Amino acid sequence: MPAAIFLALAGVLYVGVVHSPNKSTMQSALLGKAVPEFSLPVLANPGQTLTKAQLSGRPWVLNVWGTWCAACRDEHETLLAIAQRNELPLVGLNWKDEDDAAIDWLQQLGNPYSVVAVDRDGRTAIEFGVYGAPETFFIDADSRVQYRHVGPMTSEVWEREFLSRVPRGVLP
Amino acid sequence: MRVSTRAGALAVVGALLLTAAPVCTAFDIESMPTPELQERYDGLTHELRCMQCQNQSIADSPVGLAEDLRRDVREQIIAGKTDQEIRDAMVARYGNVILFRPPFTPSTAWVWVFPFLLLTVGVFVAVRIVRKRTAMVAGDDSVVEPEDVTR
Repeated sequence: MPAAIFLALAGVLYVGVVHSPNKSTMQSALLGKAVPEFSLPVLANPGQTLTKAQLSGRPWVLNVWGTWCAACRDEHETLLAIAQRNELPLVGLNWKDEDDAAIDWLQQLGNPYSVVAVDRDGRTAIEFGVYGAPETFFIDADSRVQYRHVGPMTSEVWEREFLSRVPRGVLP
Repeated sequence: MRVSTRAGALAVVGALLLTAAPVCTAFDIESMPTPELQERYDGLTHELRCMQCQNQSIADSPVGLAEDLRRDVREQIIAGKTDQEIRDAMVARYGNVILFRPPFTPSTAWVWVFPFLLLTVGVFVAVRIVRKRTAMVAGDDSVVEPEDVTR
């Protein structure tokens, strides 16, 4: 009897530890749901705005970043390499940052983005359920969130989780 | 001379202690227009988890995201949303993890049921042990020697 209780308790604790909301495995609550509406100024082009409607019709990728974010610098090389492959539009969401710092960053390190939207006060990031940078979302042609990666992007994650979700015939 | 230095040091320590408390609670300097709204705001911000620092509520966390979520709660209250609508909006964006009190659903049932299950097992074990010992004492007819008692 005591052994059975011990085993039952150990089992429950094991499940608890394995399923604890680890930051890197926590899945987005938006999976399968429509991308939240947004209308944001475009970095370095304040007269222009970027909206969800402009992006719909083909799969795209949203990368949340900021110049204050060390892990964003870590993934920058990977983003540049991905941009070179020209597979999916890479949209940047510059989160709680300064325009000048963001423009400098892209000039110095290179710009992997098709376009960067500016979320100065973090309202759009909240709508996306962002809790840390970098985060990268895969959004399908119907403007639904299909995947979120938390932490620096790697070429393995890009191929396994992003490219694998693109319907056949869309990739060049 | 010595005494006055010590008194001075004590005064400095005292002053530091007096100013320390407000510093800890200074993250949230905003206030709501009425005491009723303030009460709802305080309640909600204490039951929503700061997603960046998972064991703090958004009311207790100084990070930028917690500040943004507090602003969101404040704006939704002022826009006339109910507490439940605000909770639902948070869950839609961040999932049940953001609630310190998760709802009772099939996937969270064990969180709620397990403590009571454990309590039942504990009571069962305790009753069994007490019964067994009571039976041992009742069935024990050996003579107690005086030296056993004093030992």
